[in-house]
Amino acid sequence: MNITRRYFLKSSGVAMVGLSAMPSFLTRAVLASPLPAGGKRKILVVLFQRGAMDGLNAVIPYGESDYYRLRPTIAIPQPRPGRGDQQTAIDLDGFFALHPSLALLEPLFKQKQLAIVHAAGSPDTTRSHFDAQDYMESGTPGRKSTEDGWLNRALQTEKVEAATPFRAVAMGTNLPRALKGAAPAVALPDVRQFQMMAASPMVEGGFEAVYAQTVDKALRGTGTETFEAIDMLRKANPQRYQPENGATYPQGRFGQNLLQVAQLIKANIGLEVAFLDSGGWDHHVNEGAVQGQLSNLLRDLGQGLAAFHRDLGDRMADIVLVTMSEFGRTAAENGTRGTDHGHANCMFVMGGDVNGGKVHGKWPGLGAGQLYEGRDLALTTDFRTVLSELLARHMGHAALSTVFPGFSVNSKEFLGVLKA
Amino acid sequence: MFTQSGTSACYHRRKNPAANGFLAAVLVVSLTFAAPFLAADQKGNAADKDKKSAPAHQLSKAFKGKLPITELSEEQAMIHALNRLAFGPRPGDVERIRALGLEKWIQQQLKPESIDDSALAKRLERYSTLAMSTSQLMDEFPNPVLEAAKRGVTPEEYRRQMEEQRREQVRSAIQQNPELAAEARRARQGGGENPNAQAMRMELMNEKTPRRVTGELSAAKLTRAIYSERQLQEVMADFWFNHFNVFAPKGPVNYMLPSYERDVIRRHALGKFGDLLSATAKSPAMLFYLDNWQSADPEAFAKIENELLQRRQRFLSRFGADPRMSGGLDRRGRLGQRGSFGNMPDPNYPGRRQGVGQDPNRPGGFGQGQPGQPQQQRQRRGLNENYARELMELHTLGVDGGYTQQDVIEVARAFTGWTLRAPRRDPEFHFEDRIHASGSFTVLGKKIDARGMKAGEQILDMLVAHPNTAKFISTKIARRFVSDTPPAALVDRMAKEFLETHGDIPAVLEAMIYSPEFWSREAYRSKVKKPFELVASAARALGADVSAPIAMVLWTGRIGEPLYLCQPPTGYSDKAETWVNTGALLNRLNYAMELSANHMRGARVDIASLLGAENTADAKKALDRAVQIFLAGQVSAETRATLEKQLTDPSRIAGQAALDDSMKSVDAGMIAGLVLGSPEFQRR
Repeated sequence: MNITRRYFLKSSGVAMVGLSAMPSFLTRAVLASPLPAGGKRKILVVLFQRGAMDGLNAVIPYGESDYYRLRPTIAIPQPRPGRGDQQTAIDLDGFFALHPSLALLEPLFKQKQLAIVHAAGSPDTTRSHFDAQDYMESGTPGRKSTEDGWLNRALQTEKVEAATPFRAVAMGTNLPRALKGAAPAVALPDVRQFQMMAASPMVEGGFEAVYAQTVDKALRGTGTETFEAIDMLRKANPQRYQPENGATYPQGRFGQNLLQVAQLIKANIGLEVAFLDSGGWDHHVNEGAVQGQLSNLLRDLGQGLAAFHRDLGDRMADIVLVTMSEFGRTAAENGTRGTDHGHANCMFVMGGDVNGGKVHGKWPGLGAGQLYEGRDLALTTDFRTVLSELLARHMGHAALSTVFPGFSVNSKEFLGVLKA
Repeated sequence: MFTQSGTSACYHRRKNPAANGFLAAVLVVSLTFAAPFLAADQKGNAADKDKKSAPAHQLSKAFKGKLPITELSEEQAMIHALNRLAFGPRPGDVERIRALGLEKWIQQQLKPESIDDSALAKRLERYSTLAMSTSQLMDEFPNPVLEAAKRGVTPEEYRRQMEEQRREQVRSAIQQNPELAAEARRARQGGGENPNAQAMRMELMNEKTPRRVTGELSAAKLTRAIYSERQLQEVMADFWFNHFNVFAPKGPVNYMLPSYERDVIRRHALGKFGDLLSATAKSPAMLFYLDNWQSADPEAFAKIENELLQRRQRFLSRFGADPRMSGGLDRRGRLGQRGSFGNMPDPNYPGRRQGVGQDPNRPGGFGQGQPGQPQQQRQRRGLNENYARELMELHTLGVDGGYTQQDVIEVARAFTGWTLRAPRRDPEFHFEDRIHASGSFTVLGKKIDARGMKAGEQILDMLVAHPNTAKFISTKIARRFVSDTPPAALVDRMAKEFLETHGDIPAVLEAMIYSPEFWSREAYRSKVKKPFELVASAARALGADVSAPIAMVLWTGRIGEPLYLCQPPTGYSDKAETWVNTGALLNRLNYAMELSANHMRGARVDIASLLGAENTADAKKALDRAVQIFLAGQVSAETRATLEKQLTDPSRIAGQAALDDSMKSVDAGMIAGLVLGSPEFQRR
């Protein structure tokens, strides 16, 4: 259990108002804590895989004969030791194995920097992508009236004085549901182009002033964040960025977004939470097995996470990255060599604090009597249990009941995805 | 395909906007606005101040006819109509409506065929793909992988050849017009993703590749939004495409789009909802996008397979040779190709991200299993629930429309056999009885007695007549036209009309337009423009001459709504919160400035003459005029004062002059850009 120093200072009621009465060494500590230049700041990176990743083909329960029975054409062949030919699954623990396209994650798993939680997800029974994503991002499965996202509430409960506009960033033009809410968050399509195109200072000044005073509250808030962000990014000068340690990110939007998250982290501009997503996981038809559509996406995923880890090097000690997807897919393949909408899925957790090298959670089995509604992988870990552990132990957040209202988990129920 | 910036908007189904704390501001309470930010928006609005003191507006009968307008002034009512039923006002529109009468204008818009649109037709002439059939497009703009195979080269080699050809074209274009080189250099300076640079590349290419199809379609869509006189028709075409969304890059869907938009969406945009629904259900684009063309009854499919197997064995025993070798089946021994099952779905074009026949993992067909795979060797076809679910969740009943997982399965079974002859060779709708599920279906507690294709049709009829469909569609229309959270009474009235007229779209629109809620002060300027609406409305406001709209199409993507590229079947959100973001806002401002400053490729504006020569010598006058033209004078006192202060601040002018010595008079383009980038112009 690590309650961080930062958490202690922030939650002990040392608000700015009381500064004058405090000893000067503490004042310095408080002022410095939200934004220590180059210092330790815990960071959470959230990756949402939209469309419902096929978790049973990403992290394969090859020890289950039912897996092969249910997936006659899309199953990944069992690991065969010594075969590095990318044609078979990669063994993790004698029961689970990685898809061969995730080969780059194997070393991270062995180095205990990567953990997997299987049979995890949202307990709601919907098989609608849109409802399920909504529930997962709001953090309140089954409740449609929730206004804000779980990640935003996490930011709300831990007020940071003098937070920068980059405290919470979503890579993309639009802010995802998970980050919607009262705490400021920035949507950033591309850090290299986050600037006014017109050279005239009058243009930027004019817009900044108009948005600063407008009575249109929604646009005023966004305007203020926009111009602060432009200003900070200009100072951070992100134009020339080279990933370190020979990291190579995959081509395309997902790889580019991961790279830019790494870039923002290294720029030391106050990033605490980053959100990114990747799409195209909805493989109803010709999903493929060792190769094919899913394999292509998994290759990007594996290469992306491995590059991110390599690029950030020692900084990974303060970073945790977690993945999630709205639901899993049917245990059996469907009539068009794909899979339909299912229930539980797997999550990846990567970082220095991670209790890696393990597949966490309770495995429910794929036998006829074990499947959820007779067709899907049953759920044994609520995704909120995993996120709660990350928020409490990594980020040092205390108010979990505010982040996940109506869901109570006590620290004894944590899976131990992070090092104790 | 175009640069896809911002792809996640469409995924998020938004809930009601937060009831923010500041609503507590006591003076606002009396205004009882639905959306909280609106309250603030209106609070400082100069135009509203006199409304508060003035009694209800008395508009002349000749102007408003039976329209229940009481809370808006004549000016506001016209602006409102142009913002909601059209893509915003052009210079002169307000005067034209005033002369014609507002009700008459609306009635014309409801009957688009009554409006002459020949000027638009002229502008669209250059896009030859718009009138082509899907198979024509496939022939003219072949898929690179297929074409490579046809020419007997590798796809890489083919791409290299194409790239060489493209360079040659650019070289010769630059030779003929040396200015292009300089222009291209300028365009490149904005960074790798500069829409101008991209647009220029696309224009120069004039290429015979599939992206030309979506490129022209997008250009035409924007051209129509800006120039069509049948504005309501365009608004509804945009609305219905989004409602029945399909995603261009999935497999051959891009080729199917021109026909989909032309023969399905536009044809029924102001027709009967049932016709529209039925046309989408049979459209190759939807059948492919939601996978129904592949869905088959597993038992029926097994039967066909057995027949085929038996035939093969008979053939073998009679001739002692494998029919694969002699043309009985195609070379790869696939099921259902040119042979006797030529009507079977073509399994060769499964989806995007995958080249034709490039999936080495796919079992080769008969008798060829996958290495290391136990048991079943053959490709089996079965049920796919994708279309059935979205048909009810997104197209008709709505997600809480009262259907169950069992209903999804039953509907999926009823729609087995609704397929395509072959997605790339013969991309037409076809009902294939042999893969259709036999037996009866029970949907929403009702037994479907029709058989064959009629079963699916009966389900569609049932869904159209369902009260939840009436409510779901009415809510969505009201959200587009009235407010993010449309009043329940209004929706009920529209839903009633929907049921009574069996889904007559103009009747439902009329019920809405003839409701006081449509003309309420809460509704006025309460909607945030979608990126497409912003891009089109700015071009209209400036009276821009857009000759090649590709750059503007790319900007639409940058602001968050890449056209024809919304991947999930929900389509793009129609709620403010989706579109109000830092990244999107910055691009809105940049777009306004680029367009006003004449930096937009393929578009020309003449701001000076728009503002009038007598006004462009004085910043204050120019600003007044710009506010008058672009916002019909409807601007908050705060915005007006801030802009004036900015434009007349001596220190800023000094800084500006230092940058540009020639700047003696005011920069009209900049003033126009600031007004088009203002918070007021982001709303409609």
